[in-house]
Amino acid sequence: MAISTVVLQAEMAAATPMSYWRTVGWRLARDPTTLVAAGVLALIVLSALLAPWLAPYDPAAGSIRLRLASVGSPEHVLGTDEQGRDMLSRLLWGGRMTLVAGLTPVLVAFVLGSGLGVLAGYLGGLTNTLIMRTMDIFYAFPAVLLAIAVSGALGPGLANTVIALSIVFVPRVVRVAESATVQVQGLEYIAAARASGAGVAAIVRHHLLANVLGPILVFSSTQVSLSIILAAGLSFLGLGVTPPAAEWGLMLNTLRQSIYVNALVPALPGLAIFVTSMAFNLLSDGLRDAMDIRG
Amino acid sequence: MTPPLLEVQGLRKHFPLRGGVLQRTQAWVRAVDGVSFAVAPGETLGVVGESGCGKSTLARLLLRLIEPDAGLVKFRGEDVLAASPARMKRLRRDMQLVFQDPYASLNPRLTIEDTVAFSLRVHGTPRGEAAERARALLGRVGLDPRLHGRRYAHELSGGQRQRVNIARALVLDPKLLVLDEPVSALDKSVQAQVLNLLQGLKAERALTYVFISHDLNVIEYVSDRVLVMYLGEVVETGTAEALAQSPKHPYTQALFASAPSMDPEHRMERLPIAGDPPNPIDPPSGCRFRTRCSFAMARCAEAPPQPVPVSPTQAVACYLYDAEPASVA
Amino acid sequence: MWVYVGRRLLLAIPTLLGASIIVFAMVHLAPGDPIAAVMPAESSKAEIEATKRAYGFDKPLAVQYLVWLGRVATGDLGRSIATRRPVILDVRDALANSLVLALSSSLLAFVLGVGLGLLAAFRQGRVLDKVASGMAVVGVSVPHYWAGIILIIVFSVQLNWLPAMGAANDPGIVPYLRHIALPTIALALIPLGVITRVVRSAALDILNQEFVLALRAKGLAARRVFTHVVKNSAPQILTVLGLQFGFQLGGSVLVESVFSWPGTGYLLNLAIFQRDIPVLQGVILVLATFFVLLNLAVDLLQTLVDPRIVRH
Repeated sequence: MAISTVVLQAEMAAATPMSYWRTVGWRLARDPTTLVAAGVLALIVLSALLAPWLAPYDPAAGSIRLRLASVGSPEHVLGTDEQGRDMLSRLLWGGRMTLVAGLTPVLVAFVLGSGLGVLAGYLGGLTNTLIMRTMDIFYAFPAVLLAIAVSGALGPGLANTVIALSIVFVPRVVRVAESATVQVQGLEYIAAARASGAGVAAIVRHHLLANVLGPILVFSSTQVSLSIILAAGLSFLGLGVTPPAAEWGLMLNTLRQSIYVNALVPALPGLAIFVTSMAFNLLSDGLRDAMDIRG
Repeated sequence: MTPPLLEVQGLRKHFPLRGGVLQRTQAWVRAVDGVSFAVAPGETLGVVGESGCGKSTLARLLLRLIEPDAGLVKFRGEDVLAASPARMKRLRRDMQLVFQDPYASLNPRLTIEDTVAFSLRVHGTPRGEAAERARALLGRVGLDPRLHGRRYAHELSGGQRQRVNIARALVLDPKLLVLDEPVSALDKSVQAQVLNLLQGLKAERALTYVFISHDLNVIEYVSDRVLVMYLGEVVETGTAEALAQSPKHPYTQALFASAPSMDPEHRMERLPIAGDPPNPIDPPSGCRFRTRCSFAMARCAEAPPQPVPVSPTQAVACYLYDAEPASVA
Repeated sequence: MWVYVGRRLLLAIPTLLGASIIVFAMVHLAPGDPIAAVMPAESSKAEIEATKRAYGFDKPLAVQYLVWLGRVATGDLGRSIATRRPVILDVRDALANSLVLALSSSLLAFVLGVGLGLLAAFRQGRVLDKVASGMAVVGVSVPHYWAGIILIIVFSVQLNWLPAMGAANDPGIVPYLRHIALPTIALALIPLGVITRVVRSAALDILNQEFVLALRAKGLAARRVFTHVVKNSAPQILTVLGLQFGFQLGGSVLVESVFSWPGTGYLLNLAIFQRDIPVLQGVILVLATFFVLLNLAVDLLQTLVDPRIVRH
């Protein structure tokens, strides 16, 4: 036993020390759940990207004759919708819409929210109060309500959906970013950098950001699944993407009345949303665990 | 006589305490209240006092990491507090700080080589040269750069991290080093190593130290002269020997008496100080130590005593030694 | 502590004002003339102008805002453009229905969520934990409107056990319960997932504290440890509960539209479709106000439960 620990320690001493992000990646890769989730997600994203080539039919083309064919029909593997359009094709093309509508707002929120939050945290004082109180006002609305309010005001369409959801998520990211910045700022290595003569820009770039982006990234990743559900939800209400475009939420809406005729086909778009959302959640859970490195 | 490297006069810093519904300032924490001293080139000035006496605030004020409310700080005759941002950046090369907490003072995302090199990069040294100088200095403080250079802070022990801190402070070739409790967080055996390293470096590079600590043994070991602080004020100054052999201020006496000793002749029999350290928010009037002083007189409550030299090597701020009548303000 | 209460109340006021500005502004962000959307296309210009003046649309924005704010403060939310009824009456009825749904859904989510969360924490790493955590992830990931549709498919269409639409037409508690059952389950799924995860995490934090480990090692009865864990995780559980209740009240739009439940969500949906501005404003404002007051109540309740918590 003693010999193996000595060997182990020698090996550890000789091993190249890994940077923080390399360690995170290494830990992510060892968790089976995360790997499966990442795989599923890759599949979904890939199929959405390659929709033009993968889809067997034109998603907008259909004849009423063929409406609501069941899953497993010879011509249409996943059946047809209420207007006779092929479900598989619409699901593939719809994935593009839903993913864009769901991911873009979180990306926007990540960039904008980090910027505003770090600014508020670093500068403190009046700037902080101004920014944080403004965010508080938006925080006063439950997410769905705010999304509907803004969407309702701006009107339907993909761009407006993205704007509406961005407005929902930016305040949340700002809160996390500000809190993380304030916490890091109090640490002594920031004071040490100042004592060396570094200016604000250098400190933010080299010391602050690297240590603050981690928690912000984890938080943002947890918001993706909600964003996708809300984006599809807006279309479901008629506020998001408009027909005849294919989008999972919209498909769910138009197929809703058909549940009395054919139960399985209407369930498919929602299933797609569910699987995508779950994959993102599992991935973000894995990310959070991987980044929780003590010491 | 050589002019002092560092001169401090009447340094003051009060922190506001906000409270109440509208968060108005309700009281002030008088962290540093009128501190004056001078440090000659090449000497080590020890600053000793209990927690809360304002030592750490003083350290940050000296380097202008916090702006003082009042007072003067002169480095080599130049007014530090009036320096422009550009001039301040240049001055920072000459005055550096070694921090207390070895764990929080290093950026966990940078290798220690990069941490040390960062200071140089800030002042324009090109990347390659900065890395080389960083590595050389790491070697000098006892960390083999080939083994440790690419390591991250969390892979080092407390003692090793403090060495990195020292390297980081020295890489800019400063003249003055302020050390804020540099060994307080380390084990005793490691303390000795780091202290010896500091002594060696000081001799090699002709440095001047302001060494802050609450540990009297450490202070005695490293200091040429000592400054005793209590609740934001200087109560006594003198050479290390003078203070150790005949401390004059009742607080200094208590400090030295309460230092645990292995010598059975020097064991304590009775508690030298009574009571709890009072609050820097509402310090006692007059002499701040009077509420715990066994020799307190009526005079002590009226006005704070001014420092009075009691020998060529010692000065005390205490009415026990002040022959002047109270009317001299 | 009362200082904290005072400060929180004071902070709530600008938040509410800000929210009211957003609600007011949102209408005027909307493309198109709101009046023209409602009046028949052949209306003469004079008729349109007259209606405009009646609704006060011709005055400058700031004045319109203040007038509107004044009226809102007295409870006058205007009249619906579509039905001409006072908005406040419709909103009041709808709110009542939504509150019932949100409450029943919260109850379900709370009871199951806390139960599952504690179960997972106390059986950490074992099968029960994995099952409970798995259920939680599913809950958090499921689109509740889709879940509603699935529930309808299974319980109404296939099994014919429970009704699919609306509130009960027949009086009596049983029909009411039958109608509210499915929407309750659908709305409870996401909060169930969130609560389970938060409770599990909070309980684990406490269980893993060293002194608890020491107590357990000394053989402290499981019951006592349990009570201790529950008491100490109460503040966090309270917060998440409050937030989820707000989510269910505001977010019930989607579920209500699936089940045609006559709540605020349903009203909102209708108002959007008909571009009925006063109703839209009224519903959103009332819900937002409710949410702000709810958050306030949760914050204050927290300080009562644990005086150590005084957040800035």
